[in-house]
Amino acid sequence: MAATPLLEISGINKGFGPVQVLHDVGLSVYPGEVTALVGDNGAGKSTLVKCISGIYTIDSGTVTFDGNQVAIHSPRDASALGIEVVYQDLALCDNLDIVQNMFLGREKKRGIVLDEPTMEQMAGDTLASLSVRTVKSLRQLVASLSGGQRQTVAIAKAVLWNSKIVILDEPTAALGVAQTAQVLELVRRLADNGLGVVLISHNMNDVFAVSDRIAALYLGRMAAQVKTTDVTHSQVVELITAGRSGNLGLPPEKPADFGGDVVDITPGGDK
Amino acid sequence: MTTTTTTTAGGVKVVKPTVGSYINDYWGRVRGGDLGSLPAILGLIVLSLIFGIARDTFFSSLNFANLFNQGAQVVFIAMGLIFVLLLGEIDLSAGFASGVCGAVVAILLTNHGWDWYTAIPVALVTGIVIGFVLGFLVAKIGIPSFVVTLAAFLGFQGLLLVLLGGGTNISTRNEFFNSLNNDNLSVTWSWILAIAAVLAYAAVQFNQVRSRAKRNLVTDPLGVVLLRIGGLAVLILVATAILTQERAINPAINSLKGVPIVVPIIGFFLVLWTFVLGRTSYGRHVYAVGGNTEAARRAGIPVDRIRISVFVIGSFMAAIGGIMAVSRASSVDPNTGGSNILLYSVGAAVIGGTSLFGGKGKIINAVIGGAVIAVIDNGMGLLGFSSGQKFIFTGVILLIAASVDALARRRAAATGNR
Repeated sequence: MAATPLLEISGINKGFGPVQVLHDVGLSVYPGEVTALVGDNGAGKSTLVKCISGIYTIDSGTVTFDGNQVAIHSPRDASALGIEVVYQDLALCDNLDIVQNMFLGREKKRGIVLDEPTMEQMAGDTLASLSVRTVKSLRQLVASLSGGQRQTVAIAKAVLWNSKIVILDEPTAALGVAQTAQVLELVRRLADNGLGVVLISHNMNDVFAVSDRIAALYLGRMAAQVKTTDVTHSQVVELITAGRSGNLGLPPEKPADFGGDVVDITPGGDK
Repeated sequence: MTTTTTTTAGGVKVVKPTVGSYINDYWGRVRGGDLGSLPAILGLIVLSLIFGIARDTFFSSLNFANLFNQGAQVVFIAMGLIFVLLLGEIDLSAGFASGVCGAVVAILLTNHGWDWYTAIPVALVTGIVIGFVLGFLVAKIGIPSFVVTLAAFLGFQGLLLVLLGGGTNISTRNEFFNSLNNDNLSVTWSWILAIAAVLAYAAVQFNQVRSRAKRNLVTDPLGVVLLRIGGLAVLILVATAILTQERAINPAINSLKGVPIVVPIIGFFLVLWTFVLGRTSYGRHVYAVGGNTEAARRAGIPVDRIRISVFVIGSFMAAIGGIMAVSRASSVDPNTGGSNILLYSVGAAVIGGTSLFGGKGKIINAVIGGAVIAVIDNGMGLLGFSSGQKFIFTGVILLIAASVDALARRRAAATGNR
């Protein structure tokens, strides 16, 4: 496994008005590995992803990409670095076909005319590199695809641009058993192709099936980032629900840290 | 049916289509709710047969030529409306916008003595400005297009009255201008253009097959390509043959033959906008915004700019429609572009197969739907029906077309083929 992380963030703080959502969060993403980002609802997973992808700007902290410190101010900056996000709702146009969707907003042109043969060929090559070998036609409308196939198209769209990091937000949430297996296989293959993959998931089975590392967020803090082989199922669940498990995770909260006698355990909120 | 899989484009296996599988796929799409222009074409054939049997003058070459001149305004406005409808918006002011632009051109020609080559551009710019204002109000201020264009509908109706000084009629005497939607091409030019159109279509089709085959991509089966070219060739050449017949009642006084000048103008805009929608990234973005605005926004498409641009194209085409209407009547009055013009235009687009829900439609829909409307209007007129009866019948046809659209959409959602 590669020793230096492709993307390393540290000390990230992000708040919305009075609500502090991320406290001093650090995360390392290694090329060729799947890093699972887990955490309960409201732990700050989506906020962290939106900070990495440039939708939110961070309040403080550093982002290091490929050894260089970078500032990501917009989604465009993120894609320029090679960071692509596949959102849960996929953002595909039902009335366009597979090729048209994959190149949406970044069409190849010859003069003012769309260069359809080139786009179709590139789309075909990308799908083939992901070992997607059977679609009826690359010119099929996305509307006629199954959930798993749509997820595949969305992922293929993300890797089409020589991206280095792909962040997947709950890719299996809406899928059946067989399709989940297919998508997980695809996620594994992305990492095997040398990409850094961040997989956000609630599903422990999925996480243990494909990930190399697990990063657990707890109430806006990074509870632990561990190798998947070093932990058990129940330890991860404890990290998610309590922030600590044995000697892993956040230090025990000292009552002295709190000013009053009332301990507020309301999560910071996800938004 | 035998299908052979072929390895193409870096290893993705896809089914190599044959003529049989191509037809099968098409039928599957139709059954899945993707009807396109099929109902309109069937309707056009049935209506033409009914009118033709009831009145043999319906099939005369004189009447055939008339259809183009009568339908031109509706077809031009419908072409522009298709852009607006593709985004799921509506432009109710297109009819009177065409009236206003028609009035501008007539006033400049007659009252100010301008020539056509200066007056027509001013009318077109008027259309563009109107479209920009409408689009700005919808995209940037965020008023629903229904409300904006309803207000504009009333406003332009008033503006037309004001421009015409309270309801007078301005007639145009510019010979070239009046010829646009009244006169015909010479027989020689009719044939030259018809053959050029067929050859150009064949060249485009073969070029497409060749450039895809060169990259080892799946191509449409040769049979289908030849069928398409042959079909268009028969259609254009037969129509040209009919239109180049002598159709004057008394040829000795005033010979009347050749393709109406307005036909190549319709053809030009049909090709232009089909090219823009199908072959440019702008067109792709229009479909994307109509299909899934959020996905388009995340893909970095300037959604607001696209929204404004479709209203600009819509009103620009309305201006062309207005110019054609004024040319046809050789005059403009407060009702130019009023009355049923707007509803006929929306009807033409929808009957032709453009969806009111956005994301689905082609420019050819305007021509096919416009032909249905023109045939109903003309045929019922020949049969001696009153205007009232014509309106009722057209209204029913529009309702049927909208029902087909809505039902096809439901069916498509059920079969996952929206």
